[in-house]
Amino acid sequence: MTEENGAPGADGQEPSRRDFIYIAAGGAAAVGGGLVAWPFIDQMNPAADTLALGSIRVDVSVVAVGSEITVMWRGGPVFIRHRTEEEIAEAQSVELNALPDEEARNDNLPAGTPGTDANRVLRPEFLIVKGNCTHLGCVPLGLGANTGDYDGWYCPCHGSHYDTSARIRRGPAPENLPVPDYFFETETTVKIGLSPEEASNSGWAVS
Amino acid sequence: MSGPSTYNPSTGIEKWLDERLPIIRLGYDSFVDFPTPRNLNYWWTFGGILAVFLMIQIITGIVLAMHYVAHEDYAFESVQRITRDVPFGWLIQSMHANGASFFFVAVYLHMFRGLYYGSYKAPREILWILGVVIYLLMMATGFMGYVLPWGQMSYWGAMVITNLVGALPFIGEAIREWLWGGFSVGQATLNRFFSLHYLLPFVIAAVVGLHIWALHVPGNGNPVGLEARKGKDNKKDTLPFHPYYTVKDGFAIIVYLMVFAVFVFFLPTVLGHADNYIEADPLVTPAHIVPEWYYLPFYAILRAITFDIGPIDAKLGGVLAMFGAIGILFVLPWLDTSKVRSMRYRPLTRWFFIFFVVAALGLGWCGAKNPDDFVMGIEGFKFLYLGQFLTFYYFAYFIVVLPVLGIIEKPKERPASIEAAVLGTDKA
Amino acid sequence: MKMTRIFAAAIAALGFAGTAAAFEGDQHTPHAHHWHHDGPFGTYDRQAVQRGYQIYQEVCASCHSMDLMRFRNLAQPGGPFEEEAFPNPNDNPIVMQIAASYTRVWDMDEVNEDGDPVERPGLPSDPFPAPFDNPQQARASNGGAYPPDLSLIVKARGHGENYIYALLTGYEEAPADSHLAPGQYYNPYFPGGAIAMAPPLADGIIEYADGTEASVEQMAEDVTTFLSWAGDPHMEKRKQMGVMVLIYLLIFAILVYLAYRQIWSNVKH
Repeated sequence: MTEENGAPGADGQEPSRRDFIYIAAGGAAAVGGGLVAWPFIDQMNPAADTLALGSIRVDVSVVAVGSEITVMWRGGPVFIRHRTEEEIAEAQSVELNALPDEEARNDNLPAGTPGTDANRVLRPEFLIVKGNCTHLGCVPLGLGANTGDYDGWYCPCHGSHYDTSARIRRGPAPENLPVPDYFFETETTVKIGLSPEEASNSGWAVS
Repeated sequence: MSGPSTYNPSTGIEKWLDERLPIIRLGYDSFVDFPTPRNLNYWWTFGGILAVFLMIQIITGIVLAMHYVAHEDYAFESVQRITRDVPFGWLIQSMHANGASFFFVAVYLHMFRGLYYGSYKAPREILWILGVVIYLLMMATGFMGYVLPWGQMSYWGAMVITNLVGALPFIGEAIREWLWGGFSVGQATLNRFFSLHYLLPFVIAAVVGLHIWALHVPGNGNPVGLEARKGKDNKKDTLPFHPYYTVKDGFAIIVYLMVFAVFVFFLPTVLGHADNYIEADPLVTPAHIVPEWYYLPFYAILRAITFDIGPIDAKLGGVLAMFGAIGILFVLPWLDTSKVRSMRYRPLTRWFFIFFVVAALGLGWCGAKNPDDFVMGIEGFKFLYLGQFLTFYYFAYFIVVLPVLGIIEKPKERPASIEAAVLGTDKA
Repeated sequence: MKMTRIFAAAIAALGFAGTAAAFEGDQHTPHAHHWHHDGPFGTYDRQAVQRGYQIYQEVCASCHSMDLMRFRNLAQPGGPFEEEAFPNPNDNPIVMQIAASYTRVWDMDEVNEDGDPVERPGLPSDPFPAPFDNPQQARASNGGAYPPDLSLIVKARGHGENYIYALLTGYEEAPADSHLAPGQYYNPYFPGGAIAMAPPLADGIIEYADGTEASVEQMAEDVTTFLSWAGDPHMEKRKQMGVMVLIYLLIFAILVYLAYRQIWSNVKH
């Protein structure tokens, strides 16, 4: 298109060279377009009420030793198990190379951290993991229903067995049950779903 | 269109595409090289403004629909959730609600331009009729959209207007129940209004496409009402749409957006009604049920018919008058008998046009008021009487004034051509 | 141009038409009070919103719900207890404390192992507790009258803040010819003049946390400011963005206008 600016042949004038004003106007239009687009994109981000439920506080003093509870967090189940001494010992005695998935899968620690039991709990007596099987998302059964061959959890959908540290031991699931970001706000209150500031002061460390 | 396509694909890809789907050619012929009269004034920018606002309504509407819940127990709350919790929800909701008003302001200015400059006259009758179809679709869309927040005015406005359908003899009650999906305005009504409110804007977009096509056959009208000359003189009367009118329309759109922004950001609730911030209550009727401002003239016409006409009772008469007020626009091209398009050259008819504008605004005023209240406190002069007088004038303008004056008025001398008008002393 | 002049005159005439929310009869028009948040640059007086919330809690909440409000709103950007150190309202300690001060059943679907609804201290995500379970219960406790929800009351009344303020400060002795039923009070700002709400404010009925003197006018102004914020919590952001948008559009308009003049400079039109 060669007949931009000025009078393209209508009255026989010479086309002038591209003027600054067209670039400025065009530039303002582009900037405006970008600025207008942002709210329409941002509105699909989680709304304030969803974000309000992005973290929960759970009183774990109601969970007796040798029992577990399931809480809803961000639309899915989270298992909180108060482990017995035997369960803790079992979890700690497993060699890493016996595990199908050797990584900790812990949101509180860097990716690739080894999956020892120490890297999956903040306090050994409380195991807190997200409750969707890493195969295709079913909710595994636990204490009181079916703990499977490794005393942890058993997923009835396709037969995945998890141990007392909720790590996959046998079956089609590819990964250990993930540990969500959490910390102990008080002796008995766990906060699941942390702000970046809380996450950096949560007390987690790689063992 | 004057002449064949002048599009010349330069790159390989352009040529390849042009042989298979000449869409760039279509765009070029319609919006780049399209010969447009060179004397268009700012009244011609409202078409572009309307296209922008259709887009604004569709985009903000689709986004709102991601969060809105069309259930009577949640609708009101979901709109509030949008304004309070959804990121920028307050902005998008304000744009959509005020966008509807600005869409109607633009359409009225666009239509009044058409009435003044004779844009509806041959050979642009279909263009005009398509425009009236778009206007009707806009009114339906706006009506259903206003019901969705499920406030007091949403509910009761819907009750009043859908109850009008019941006025039709024999089939009225059945149609009303069919429209409601129940025994009154309720959940079924809300849900189907949401579905149709989402649908109609796309129907409008399709009819807009036909509208622009119908425009491009004869080309744009212009303030002097003369057709652009064909052949070698065409370039003396016209200019290519781009860049002349793209930049002019662009400027007008920005100015219009500035006024829009003042309302969106500083006066977001001023064009609405306070009662719609109260959740719908089927047991409590608001003191004054009023529609949104853009329906007020027709509301006044509806309420003006308080007497029976032969077998037609007042309620049915009101409904017929209200729809008739829009229906008459369809036959306008045949009612106006004048050989001259533009009112610039019809000084006598122009006075009646001016009064028509005043009457339309006056009817809007009446629509907002209680018919039994007195106009400016003048004892005995009820808004009802003013509304009846203005309704009479509204119809008389189309049925009597235009046909008669078109024949008996001797128009002023018109310039020889658009070019002559531009070069000469043509400021009427 | 002639047509433009016609339109300008018509629009000016329309200005006299007024709003659709016409009062009738003897209902007094509220007087235009000056508000801190008036005008294109006005912001909410944050202290007033805090005091207003205290009035709502101590005086109004016994009859009026605010179902659209959540505790976390108090700490969101623009809210009365907003704290930079706690950008997430759910972590704001003041709001957590306010919420926790109310123990009740928050959600009938939140049940214990026996299937009974759980009673617990509030969380920031919980709504302001409603005084009644349903409108009928509200009516039964208020002589048949329903105390309206206050979340949007400022927007839901034609004269907004001025009406609320006038109503709260406008109670008078009933004139000799008025017919008040038992349980009704005279207020010339209320449609019809007979209101079922007893004058809710009296000098000194509460003690402000910040020590401000609690006169009726002060309390009315504060609670109205709070209610205004509750109905339009994003007002400040809206106005700020409006200023930026208008400046941008003005610059853009000028640039495009100059481009328009440049493009049309050498054709006859």
